[in-house]
Amino acid sequence: MPVAQKSYDEVEQRFGVSRREFLTFCTGIAATMGLPAAAAAQVAEALVKKERPSVIWIHGQECTGNSESLLRAEHPTLEKLILDIISLDYHETLFAAAGHQAEAARLAAMEKNKGKYLMVVEGSIPMKDGGIYSKTAGKTSLELVRETAAGAAAIVAMGSCASWGGMPSAGPNPTGAVGVGEALGRTVMTIPGCPPSPYNFLAAVVHFLTFNKLPPMDAKGRPLFAYSRLIHENCERRAHFDAGRFALEFGDEGHRKGYCLYKLGCKGPETYANCPAVLYGDVGCASWPVGTGHPCIGCSEQGIGFSKPIHALADLKNQWPPAGFPRVADEQGTGPNLGGVAAVSAAVGAAVGAGVVLTRRISNQESGAGNSANSQE
Amino acid sequence: MNNRSSVRAMPSRPVGGRLVGLFTVALSALVGVAVYFIYQRFVYGLGAVTNINNAYTWGIWVVWDVVIATGFACGGYAMAFVTYILNRGEYHPLVRSALTASLFGYTLGGLSVLIDLGRYWNFWHILSPAYFNTGSVMFEVAACITLYILVLWIEFSPVALEHYGFKRTNKALNSVLFLFIALGVLLPSMHQSSLGSLLVVMGFHIHPLWQTPLLPVLFLLTALCMGFAVVILEVTLAAVGFKRDIHAELPILSKLGQIIALVLVVFLALRFGDLAWRNALESVFNSGIRSVMFGIETLLFAYPVWVLAQPGNRARLSKLFPAAFSMLAGASLYRIDAFLVANERGPAWHYFPSAPEILVTTGVIALEVLAYIVFVKKFPILPGHPAVQGR
Amino acid sequence: MTVNRRDFLRGGLGGAAAVTACATLGVDPAEARGNLTVPENAIGFLYDSTLCIGCKACQSACKTANELPFEDNTGTGLWDTPLDLSGKTYTVIKMYQNGTSEHKDKAVDGFAHLKRQCLHCIDPSCVSVCPVQAMRKDPVTGVVSYDADACIGCRYCVAGCPFGVPQFQYDTPFPRIAKCQFCKHILAKGGIPACAQHCPTGATLFGSYKALTAEIERRKAMKPGQPNLFPRRTVDSGDTHERPAAEYTEQVYGDKEMGGTQVRYLAGVPFDKFGMPVGLPERSYASVSETMQHSLYGGLIAPAIVLAGLAAAAWRGARELHHDEDGHE
Repeated sequence: MPVAQKSYDEVEQRFGVSRREFLTFCTGIAATMGLPAAAAAQVAEALVKKERPSVIWIHGQECTGNSESLLRAEHPTLEKLILDIISLDYHETLFAAAGHQAEAARLAAMEKNKGKYLMVVEGSIPMKDGGIYSKTAGKTSLELVRETAAGAAAIVAMGSCASWGGMPSAGPNPTGAVGVGEALGRTVMTIPGCPPSPYNFLAAVVHFLTFNKLPPMDAKGRPLFAYSRLIHENCERRAHFDAGRFALEFGDEGHRKGYCLYKLGCKGPETYANCPAVLYGDVGCASWPVGTGHPCIGCSEQGIGFSKPIHALADLKNQWPPAGFPRVADEQGTGPNLGGVAAVSAAVGAAVGAGVVLTRRISNQESGAGNSANSQE
Repeated sequence: MNNRSSVRAMPSRPVGGRLVGLFTVALSALVGVAVYFIYQRFVYGLGAVTNINNAYTWGIWVVWDVVIATGFACGGYAMAFVTYILNRGEYHPLVRSALTASLFGYTLGGLSVLIDLGRYWNFWHILSPAYFNTGSVMFEVAACITLYILVLWIEFSPVALEHYGFKRTNKALNSVLFLFIALGVLLPSMHQSSLGSLLVVMGFHIHPLWQTPLLPVLFLLTALCMGFAVVILEVTLAAVGFKRDIHAELPILSKLGQIIALVLVVFLALRFGDLAWRNALESVFNSGIRSVMFGIETLLFAYPVWVLAQPGNRARLSKLFPAAFSMLAGASLYRIDAFLVANERGPAWHYFPSAPEILVTTGVIALEVLAYIVFVKKFPILPGHPAVQGR
Repeated sequence: MTVNRRDFLRGGLGGAAAVTACATLGVDPAEARGNLTVPENAIGFLYDSTLCIGCKACQSACKTANELPFEDNTGTGLWDTPLDLSGKTYTVIKMYQNGTSEHKDKAVDGFAHLKRQCLHCIDPSCVSVCPVQAMRKDPVTGVVSYDADACIGCRYCVAGCPFGVPQFQYDTPFPRIAKCQFCKHILAKGGIPACAQHCPTGATLFGSYKALTAEIERRKAMKPGQPNLFPRRTVDSGDTHERPAAEYTEQVYGDKEMGGTQVRYLAGVPFDKFGMPVGLPERSYASVSETMQHSLYGGLIAPAIVLAGLAAAAWRGARELHHDEDGHE
């Protein structure tokens, strides 16, 4: 059911944006998720009608980069829309409150919205030595996430650290840092990246709000709309890779011309993310690492980011697109064709026919001559 | 009466008669069509007319116009061999007509090579010591064919000299003709066997049913038979086409039939013995379409053996001719099979000649037949027989 | 004088037997031409399929360095999309795919790349079969090159190459044979072939045949999974990158087949899966063919002897025939 005019007025009042801006946001969010244009209407309706879900944001071993990334979102800006679409009931960094009051607020929100709140985790969970390497309010992060997860409707791991351990898990991993899913022993939705684009997170939340479930995910819990393709498949420098034009050193001619950074160690070919499509910071085109001239370090990919040396050459995860490789045996040449078969048949037929006719004529000649010879005697 | 001396007593004579008739006009039309497509080939390249590709780089122009057609043109070679080398004078009356057919068969075979060559303007490199490569089978084939064409024209020149009355020149030529006759037997033996040797270097690219170290021998034996069979073919065509009485020539043909049968027996024995030796007999039955082609080929070779083994059949042209026709068909199919059907380049490649490609081949054949008819009518080639009465 | 049937049969069958014997059994092994050996300072390539990422920089660089036109097989006119080696393409990257194509360099449910190009054989069939020496093997570097000015376009090299490398240009009235010539114009200026120069991972590696032999041994000795250094461009460039060693198949392609080739291949997938002919004999086809030709026609000795015999018979036969005819006239 389309959103009525009266509701749009409410939207304008509540969010302080025009109807056009609001609908642009809904369309943009739907597009980010790869949903058809009609879904924008559903998103709009959900945002307007539904009650703002409660979000509890837990912090583990993190640098708060994910929250910083969220703060830099412009469409919508964090304070104008995010805080009004969701009800952020606990966030250590953004809260004005601190100490016991903050803790009490969290527990109250958890109690009030039991079974319905969205739990977001930023930062890795240390497991070694009972998890003492990260504590908040006297509880280890492990205890915290377990406690919070108990009543959560859905869990989202925001950033590489919460998804699979991130930088704290880099060898030798002294704290035994792991992602939230591993710490809890279950699959959670992960939005890896260091930091990930805020729009990946926003779109997932809006999906949850609109459809009451998280978007389709891969085996690692990553939403497919953002993480189903390699960076290599969408990279604006792909044509240079395909043509063999590489930057060999920072600042050389190839680098200044914007050539492919594969030889400098770009991990695009083995990293799944949508960075070249959504970009960062809303500052225009090429606002992502490769675009600025630095090879992708695979920050969202477990086993690549913070694990493989930055300038080591990437392996290739798959070869599609472009499917422009000839197969081992591609069909070539012209087989039996109408004209050729007709011509051959005609020629062979003529030859055989002539042979038959000749044989018959000779036979006649022979019997004729034989008769005349007989008659002569 | 001794057949031999009665035939010898009849010198060669032009057949005479009109050149323009339904048949010759039809042949000329075919030649005209071929000329059009040959023009296209030279202006636009081989791909514009043919279907050859880099897995089947030798198509019907090489396999038919050169390999098979020169086999058909072995009449002169075969007749020279039995007449002058084995000294069977009774074959002599048929030498000139066989030579004429060979003349055009080889000359047009050479022309077909020039049409098929990609960089034909360099063709003379074959004969230049600065370029030629003596280890190459292709060099030997090309050089021998080129020289043999020359030898054929020299062997033929007595006909022209006689016709135009250059008696003294003719006599001088005759005194050295034996050298050219000898060359005319050596050169075809070399290159007809080497046409088979061409395939040896292709190794596994030729299916085991056809790839064998015996290729040169098998090609030579079939070429020899083709020569004799073509003579039978020519006499038949002359009998029907020019309405000639061929009774005097029949005993010669009968002996040729015997030779064909014998040589084919040797050929088939070698063929199957070789397959057994190489443990390839299984492939006769389990090679799909190739088994079918091998079977047809073998039947076409076996039929003449069966027919010509019986002396009664050998005395009748109505039996000799189909046997010879079958032999020629078998030998042609053998060459098509060895070069094209046996081609193993993987399942993804295909070749079948295009209609223009085939029309060029039929045009070349038409030109050969046309030239033969014209020469036989104008020059003293066929033994002088009166036409058959009452037909 | 007549020859009776017995003599005829004797002569005819004896002749056939002699030819058979010469062609097949009578070859003195000492005279048989064996495989050619690799030149002392031969150069070559090592193509390591496990390092190849299918970027096709080599294909692109080759086209640029040799001024080759692009080839469109998709009909869009946008990309250079050769299906295979052709009159316009000296090298092409092909991809093997199986099942889900998830795992690189695995035969099952995997994918892998192969660089098709001239293998610059040590005993090349194309050089042996060319009737006018248009295909030549450089005696120093071993590079097999093509001279269009000598070529007659007979395409025996196309038919004779066991690897299907030389490509004839059917779409032009002035065709040439197209094949990799190791960028001999760049080599002459002291450079290296364009494909090796541009390969980002060193999958195509240039070097002397001997140095590459050592490199092949080094790679075969690596433990799969262990990090190792791999050179790029040339085997001794010092421009290396580190990555875990792959699991190679046993066969080093081009090591022994047909007498060996100067372009050799390593891969993680068996070579027959790439459509490369496997199980080829060590004795080159060139040596088989040339031995046969030489034994039959070497020095033109046998032909001269046969010619002498034929000439004698022809002289006698012709004299008798013409004597008979003159007598009757």
